[in-house]
Amino acid sequence: MLRNLILMLLGAVIGITGVVATTPVVEADEQFIPMLVYRTGPYAPSGIPVANGFRDYYTMINNRDGGINGVKITFEECETEYNTKLGVECYEKLKNKGSTGASLVNPFSTGITYQLIPKASVDEVPILSMGYGRTAAADGRVFKWVFNFPTTYWSQASAFIRYVAQQEGGEKNLKGKKIAHVYHNSAYGKEANPTLQALSKKYGYELVLLAVDHPGQEQKATWLQIRRAKPDWVFMSGWGVMNQVAIKEAASIRYPMDHFVGNWWSGSDADVVPAAAGAKGYKSATFHSPTSDYPVHSDIIKHVYGGDMSKAKKNSFGEVLYNRTIVNAMFAVEAIRTAQAKYGNRALTGAEVRWGLENLNITENRLKEMGMEGFTKPVKVSCSDHETGGPIIIQQWDGSKWNIVSDWVSPIREVVRPMVEKAAAAYATENGIKPRSC
Amino acid sequence: MLYRETGQFKISYAADQSVFPIAQDRWFVSLIIVIAIFVIPVLASEYLLQAVMIPLLIFSLAAIGLNLLVGYAGQLSLGTGGFMAVGAYMTYKLTTAFPDINIIIVFLLAGLIAAFVGLIFGIPSLRIKGFYLAVATLASQFFLLWMFNKVAWFYNYNSSGTITAPPREMFGVVITGPMASAETRYLVTLFIVIIFAFIAKNLVRGRLGRSWMAVRDMDIAAEIIGIRPFQTKLIAFAVSSFYCGLAGAMMVFLWLGSAETEAFSINESFNVLFMIIIGGLGSILGSFLGATFIVGLPIFLTNAPQLVGLSMPIDMQKHIEIMMFGSLIIFFLIVEPHGLARLLQILKEKLRLWPFPY
Amino acid sequence: MEIISFLNLVFVNPLVEIFSYPIFFAEVVISGLLTGVMYSLVALGFVLIFKASGVFNFAQGAMVLFAALNLVGFIEQGFPIWLALLLTIIVMIILAFLIERFMLRHLINQEDIILFMATIGLTFLLQGFGETLWGSNVKPLDLGIPNQSFEVAGLLLNEFDLFAAGSGAILVGVLAVFFHYTRIGRALRAVADDHQAAMAVGIPLKTIWIIVWSVAGFVGLVAGIMWGAKSGVQFSLSLIALKALPVLILGGFTSVPGAIVGGLIIGVGEKIAEIYWRPLVGGAIENWFAYVLALAFLLFRPQGLFGERIIERV
Repeated sequence: MLRNLILMLLGAVIGITGVVATTPVVEADEQFIPMLVYRTGPYAPSGIPVANGFRDYYTMINNRDGGINGVKITFEECETEYNTKLGVECYEKLKNKGSTGASLVNPFSTGITYQLIPKASVDEVPILSMGYGRTAAADGRVFKWVFNFPTTYWSQASAFIRYVAQQEGGEKNLKGKKIAHVYHNSAYGKEANPTLQALSKKYGYELVLLAVDHPGQEQKATWLQIRRAKPDWVFMSGWGVMNQVAIKEAASIRYPMDHFVGNWWSGSDADVVPAAAGAKGYKSATFHSPTSDYPVHSDIIKHVYGGDMSKAKKNSFGEVLYNRTIVNAMFAVEAIRTAQAKYGNRALTGAEVRWGLENLNITENRLKEMGMEGFTKPVKVSCSDHETGGPIIIQQWDGSKWNIVSDWVSPIREVVRPMVEKAAAAYATENGIKPRSC
Repeated sequence: MLYRETGQFKISYAADQSVFPIAQDRWFVSLIIVIAIFVIPVLASEYLLQAVMIPLLIFSLAAIGLNLLVGYAGQLSLGTGGFMAVGAYMTYKLTTAFPDINIIIVFLLAGLIAAFVGLIFGIPSLRIKGFYLAVATLASQFFLLWMFNKVAWFYNYNSSGTITAPPREMFGVVITGPMASAETRYLVTLFIVIIFAFIAKNLVRGRLGRSWMAVRDMDIAAEIIGIRPFQTKLIAFAVSSFYCGLAGAMMVFLWLGSAETEAFSINESFNVLFMIIIGGLGSILGSFLGATFIVGLPIFLTNAPQLVGLSMPIDMQKHIEIMMFGSLIIFFLIVEPHGLARLLQILKEKLRLWPFPY
Repeated sequence: MEIISFLNLVFVNPLVEIFSYPIFFAEVVISGLLTGVMYSLVALGFVLIFKASGVFNFAQGAMVLFAALNLVGFIEQGFPIWLALLLTIIVMIILAFLIERFMLRHLINQEDIILFMATIGLTFLLQGFGETLWGSNVKPLDLGIPNQSFEVAGLLLNEFDLFAAGSGAILVGVLAVFFHYTRIGRALRAVADDHQAAMAVGIPLKTIWIIVWSVAGFVGLVAGIMWGAKSGVQFSLSLIALKALPVLILGGFTSVPGAIVGGLIIGVGEKIAEIYWRPLVGGAIENWFAYVLALAFLLFRPQGLFGERIIERV
């Protein structure tokens, strides 16, 4: 009895201390960037390289340049397990940290992005959802606080169709072709569907939509249908274990792997590892190079790992998703740099960083200065266009590494942009947002 | 000495049948409510309200709902998440179609729809029992989520299938949507939860609650003494689903702001079940205690290492947190299988005698 | 017109398709059967433990993950495969011992639901522990099982699937022999029938529990190898428990043959539904369809196909 009593008191103490748990640490003039990461849980294989990439790039900027124009970057990781509820909790916890609050947030999860979009304008924390999240946010007139450059799911899907047209020898040859979309049955997976449908009307290909339910360990039925339908191309919007199983199943029904193209979340190193040789020939979209021989990479090795390559490799250095995060972190840093040009070299608030994001202009020259020439494409954001409709590039797995196998393919903007504006307008009316004029 | 009911005489039946017949209980509950209404919104930070208090209250309501079904009527269900989704999606549908109806009324209507859905999925309970029923209720969980994901009508044909809480006002104050302050949403949640907790408390004291308990203890025996098991079980499913649906609606509209079906996944069903087991089966108070434990513990465990100045890699910390959570649950089940509510009861008995050992 | 086309989609089109492409239908059925065996593998672990101790062990999925993680971890450490297998089995036996010592022993005579909840707690514990030990990355599992596809009379078959089904069948056979013809097996059945009577005739309950949990751990290892070879060993492996639950209620919680037959029915049923009735409802129905199918069977036999009849006395 007494034991139980003590236990209960213990429980009460736990509860009370938990309540006062968050004490903000005030740093002197340092730019704070919250990091919502997922190093555990079902999506950890993708989350680990992402988290490492952010950490390494920010650390490199701090060690090499002493911060952004002398303003040190501080960051804090918060574990979300790719779970939207935990993601929101993390955001709430981190948004007021640092001397000026969170500069910007990179949720790296479409679900969490959806949750944060309504909060962004209230808390004045801009969201940079690079190539994920709500596509309609590309319309900067409605989504003032959300940025999804360099390109979006819809642009990507349209660029994929353009790529197929190139391979088939012209848009006219798309007629009568059959294209299957295998997608994760969630907000994320469904994003590409409207674009693919609209383009199917335009070009006359037949679209087969095949949903795979979370988590996607068992896809025999899906791939049997592909075997029967014999689509000319398969496009996949997968995530987590779904990718690995899909690639394995595709190999086992002997689907021609070079006609199987994943979107940019279905083309990481972890996705092809279990299938190993079976994945040979599998393609995926991306918007940056998969290799790690750019000057920026040697800077990271030098300034973060002290030249220790093997240690860097252990921290997912050079993986596809790691490289993608380098691009993302670079955007964040450059946006802050842009904003500093206007507001002065000090720690900036979220609202000021937002201005930097909106006026971000990364030229070919600037890329070269940062040691990223050819690593990714230039980006110029504007008030009305938060996406910039950047091109994609196709990479292919050769059994041991990813190689670029195409030229840059630009999206079909004349189809995508009106759809974006329509979706944004619908969101605006539903939520009582008055679009600003640009 | 502290908790002594000697000398508290009842001179009317009404007084004898009140919800809290003992003065100390009455004072205690009133004190908690007063603190919750007047002190917490003033003192608590936005993070505390948003990340702890609001989910705690909402999950308490869901836990009460499930407790009515599992703890009082004895029907094991794992479909909670599905019924919460019904409430949320129906609220979204109704409030976007009829923006002028007061959002609280919409919540209640959505709850009624959830109750109806619960009624339908409760039908197998007449024939199936125990774990078979539990697993069978998973059918409703998976089917409902699939339906809300698949049928675009439920989310007004937007491209991604997420529902977003539009701004709705009551008495000129915005209570839903991103513009609503955490304090407002907290207070609205609190009032709804208090009202429905009292309703639940009275339900289980009444004829209905007693027939639920009779069915729970042995449905054949209950049938013999004149309780219709079919109706009783179905009403339990309906009432429970009403509570869960209401909680689901509040979850999206007063807490998260927007959601996709993943927010109502099977993990939520398990979580709510945890709450009532840890809190105490067949106890309304236990539902609150269990929700506090399950909502509070992970947040405490996440923040604890920083609190004592310990810094470790975030993944390591999370792994330890998960392990701690798992072991604490096992530990609590071993130490007090009847839940926190039972511990509280023991405490009361101790206080009755304190400071004397006997 | 709407109704007619609807009825067409429900009753006519699928049947027309089945009969016009019989070879494809055969392929669907075969792949359903093969998948079914994989479900059965997971379900078996549940059944073993439920039979012997009346615990609905939700942690079976986590045990699958834990076993597979250990196996891959040992192989990565440079142990030969046979030694890694042996070490993993030893780890699973130690785990069974610890579970009995620190959990089950203290929960004797508690209500079923308390035990069920405790195993969910155990799930968290195992997931966290496994990831702490071996990390959260995807690890390829390659035991040299052949993985080529080949065609027989127009049917595309995969060697790996056949291998998995074969191992499943052997495992069930071994377990059946073990339960029927060995001393321990008989003791297990005695415990399953009646705890008190078993104890009265001198069967050590605790030892039996350790053995059963070890065997379930071993079954988990086999399931982990089969599923892990497909997707790589990663956290998601623990989610396959959800795939096994409809198999369980369909076959009955207490029956080994039930787990097999249930798995086959669910496997075939969900594949046929997903493929032929997809135009009607639009796909991704496998998850709930399995449960609804099981539910339909339950309405006629509330204790599952092979479960023991539930007898209640007032």
